Amino acid sequence: MKRFAELLLNLILTSSRNDKIDHIVNWIKDSNSEEIGWGLSIICEELEISKVKPSMVKEISKLHIDKYLFDLSYDYVGDMAETVSLIWPEKNDKNANFSSVTLTNVIKDLINVQKKEAPKLISNYLDNFDQNTRWAFLKIITGGLRVGVSSRLAKTAISKYFNKNIKDIEELWHAFDPPYKEIIEWCREIIEKPKVKDKPIFRSPMLANPLEENDYKLINPISYLAEWKWDGIRVQLVSMKNEVKLYSRSGDDISNSFPDIIENSFSQDFCLDGELMAGSIKIPGSFNDLQQRLNRKNPSKDLIRNMPTFIVAYDALYIKDQDIRDKSVIDRRELLKAFILEEKLSFIKFSDEVVFKNFQDLEGKRLQCRQDLNYEGLMLKLRNSTYEPGRPKGPWFKFKRDPYSIDVVLLYAQRGHGKRSSFYSDYTFGVWNGYLKNRQLVTVGKAYSGFTDQELLKLDKFIRANTTNRFGPVREVEKTLVLEVAFDDIQKSKRHKSGLAMRFPRIKRIRWDKPANEADTIEDLERLLNVRN
Amino acid sequence: MKVDWIKKTKEGIQVKDGSFFVDPIYPVKKAIITHGHADHARAGHEHVIATLETLAIMKERYGNNFCKNSTVLKYHEKLTIEEVKIFLAPAGHVLGSAQVVMNFANQVITVSGDYKRQDDPTCAAFEPIKSDIFITEATFALPVFKHPNANTQINLLIKSILNFPERCHVIGVYSLGKAQRLIKMLRNNGWHNTIYLHGSLVKICNLYEKFGIDLGDLEPATIQDKPEKPHDFYKGKLILAPPSALADRWSRRFPDPILGMASGWMTVKQRAKQRGINLPLILSDHADWNEILTTIKEVSPKEVWITHGAEEALIYECSKNNLTAKALSIIGYESDTDL
Ligand SMILES: [Zn+2]
Ligand SMILES: [Zn+2]
Repeated sequence: MKRFAELLLNLILTSSRNDKIDHIVNWIKDSNSEEIGWGLSIICEELEISKVKPSMVKEISKLHIDKYLFDLSYDYVGDMAETVSLIWPEKNDKNANFSSVTLTNVIKDLINVQKKEAPKLISNYLDNFDQNTRWAFLKIITGGLRVGVSSRLAKTAISKYFNKNIKDIEELWHAFDPPYKEIIEWCREIIEKPKVKDKPIFRSPMLANPLEENDYKLINPISYLAEWKWDGIRVQLVSMKNEVKLYSRSGDDISNSFPDIIENSFSQDFCLDGELMAGSIKIPGSFNDLQQRLNRKNPSKDLIRNMPTFIVAYDALYIKDQDIRDKSVIDRRELLKAFILEEKLSFIKFSDEVVFKNFQDLEGKRLQCRQDLNYEGLMLKLRNSTYEPGRPKGPWFKFKRDPYSIDVVLLYAQRGHGKRSSFYSDYTFGVWNGYLKNRQLVTVGKAYSGFTDQELLKLDKFIRANTTNRFGPVREVEKTLVLEVAFDDIQKSKRHKSGLAMRFPRIKRIRWDKPANEADTIEDLERLLNVRN
Repeated sequence: MKVDWIKKTKEGIQVKDGSFFVDPIYPVKKAIITHGHADHARAGHEHVIATLETLAIMKERYGNNFCKNSTVLKYHEKLTIEEVKIFLAPAGHVLGSAQVVMNFANQVITVSGDYKRQDDPTCAAFEPIKSDIFITEATFALPVFKHPNANTQINLLIKSILNFPERCHVIGVYSLGKAQRLIKMLRNNGWHNTIYLHGSLVKICNLYEKFGIDLGDLEPATIQDKPEKPHDFYKGKLILAPPSALADRWSRRFPDPILGMASGWMTVKQRAKQRGINLPLILSDHADWNEILTTIKEVSPKEVWITHGAEEALIYECSKNNLTAKALSIIGYESDTDL
């Protein structure tokens, strides 16, 4: 447990993705299979401990610590687990056995404890752990780890250490529950690769590259198929032997948030790829509408009724006992279309082909998207291409409606003027610069517009809750929120640290779903500059 | 307790209707200065009374004309101003730091200045003086602040340097006190390699050495004059810099630096994370919660006045023990930047 607590501390104190992977790899070296499994489930926030509630921690600490002093301390530190771990009275005669308590011991205790025994169990651990281990222990209970590790990064670390393909790990992951015994044992080559044919697994998605000027010449209706790029979130819907799962594009299981999708029954097994949208097929909602449903587990019936969801399906990976990723996109779409017809599903819409004569024609259609906000642009797919996980260059392109758009990370916020003066409405944002350990965010611009009033409220709330520093009217925030910023033009500039200046940047949408480490880089911006010149 | 000879004004702690002040924020005729940190020791007073070390530090920082005239007052040496009997007692904060003990009308009032109770090989240890009123700082007066034994933090640093021979360590330290204490403790824990200093730390380190505190091999952390490429040269080396230089371009010239900070604020992980610190070292020159409470017990005052810091918690804790406490809320003693 002490070793795992050290890992969490190291993860929180490193911002470099590669250092984080190194820390996880080193910890894996020091741990046995079961510990690795439990630890990863905690890092990926996939472990649910139902018997011990976060509120219990607060109650217990108030038995031991003066309430007023506790509240002042909590107010200062800002995190329940950290406050309790620091303020907990240090016992002089700690039980030495506790230094050898493993993560597995702790998790099993937390899972098996009787509810009325839980406070005693927690107090006992707190009494005998050192401060950092107390903190990690409490974080397991309260959740909200915020060590900046996506489930993909954790899987990358396993694949690196055991020298296994990350796609295989991703596919196996959701077929098993914590502590993922089968997966770790397969990694250690103790057992053969487990069969997951009958499980609703996540398959690594195929991603598109932005269409750049050099690519325009490739695009003609004979080689490429065009579809609208719907403005929702990318999902994978899987059903296997009547078990249905919905995954985000990073492989997080989001089934809990969308009972309206997964509580349908299907007569056949499938895995399809598409865009989750708010509203109905007849009246699609905007991305803002969809926001109301994201990150909300077990939504109320009312919310579902008021804001239903549907899927625009554009690809299939598995249909009727067959993995069809080796077939061409044209063949896969035929199978998908037939499947949707057979199943008569009211919440799945087939993504129709957008017919075009030539590139000019296509460009016209892209500009048309500016009126129809349900479309973010166009997707272009090489007709004979197979489904390749990752981001291969060539088969799939995205052709976005705005001349330029990038994903940036919010860095600072300032109060606005006039009617917005009570809100943080001026945003300074940055992109990644540098490689590996030296990777850091550099400021590239400011935006004051583009968001709805509702989004402003949410941004304001995020900023207040995530302030890390104040300089007069400016607040520095936790660097976790990704914004999609659209702009008209980009030029070289000496005024900005980055050497670049955007013309009229505006916030197109808030990417609550996107991890900050996946935001764009200064190279992405420089490439746009080169495209332009 | 009725006290009419000492009060808080906008300048700070005023004694006998302005006969003199302790650590005044604005220029005054006569000032007793507890220690050399910039928020307590300002330039521009006419007459400054302080320890020899504090006067030397002020001269180093502000130049020879930091005041018109000065009086050296050794620890426990007696001085009377306007019938107030005064002496200085060690505060254990930085070199030359002192408490100001004042006796008038049968009332003993002690101004602590900044202080700590943990061992510090670079300055004299705090001496509790029985007083009627104890005017204390409260920088870390919250029960979450329990500074670990400083040697554990020094060993953490040494271990990290040995574990990462391919990287260099850049540690943020306050230029007066923290830097020298960290160096001296490294030496006492067996670390004798050359330590490289950001330019702004050099002067005060030299001054400490003049006062007989041997800091071992120190060199400026320059780039140009190194025999090898700076990248190779600084691998496995330890560099000290003021906290502001960590976030700056300055620290990026070194090979793959591990950024550390030696400060009591590093207790809070989120705070370390926000400042981009990879290696937080909880090394403080201020008293933590327990040290403050112990000190108050030993001084056994009838009243506690608080100059700056987390006053609410301390006032509350005092009142629980039937001790009157009040906040002076002196604006200008920056507890947050006094790392
Ligand atoms: Zn000080
Ligand atoms: Zn101070």
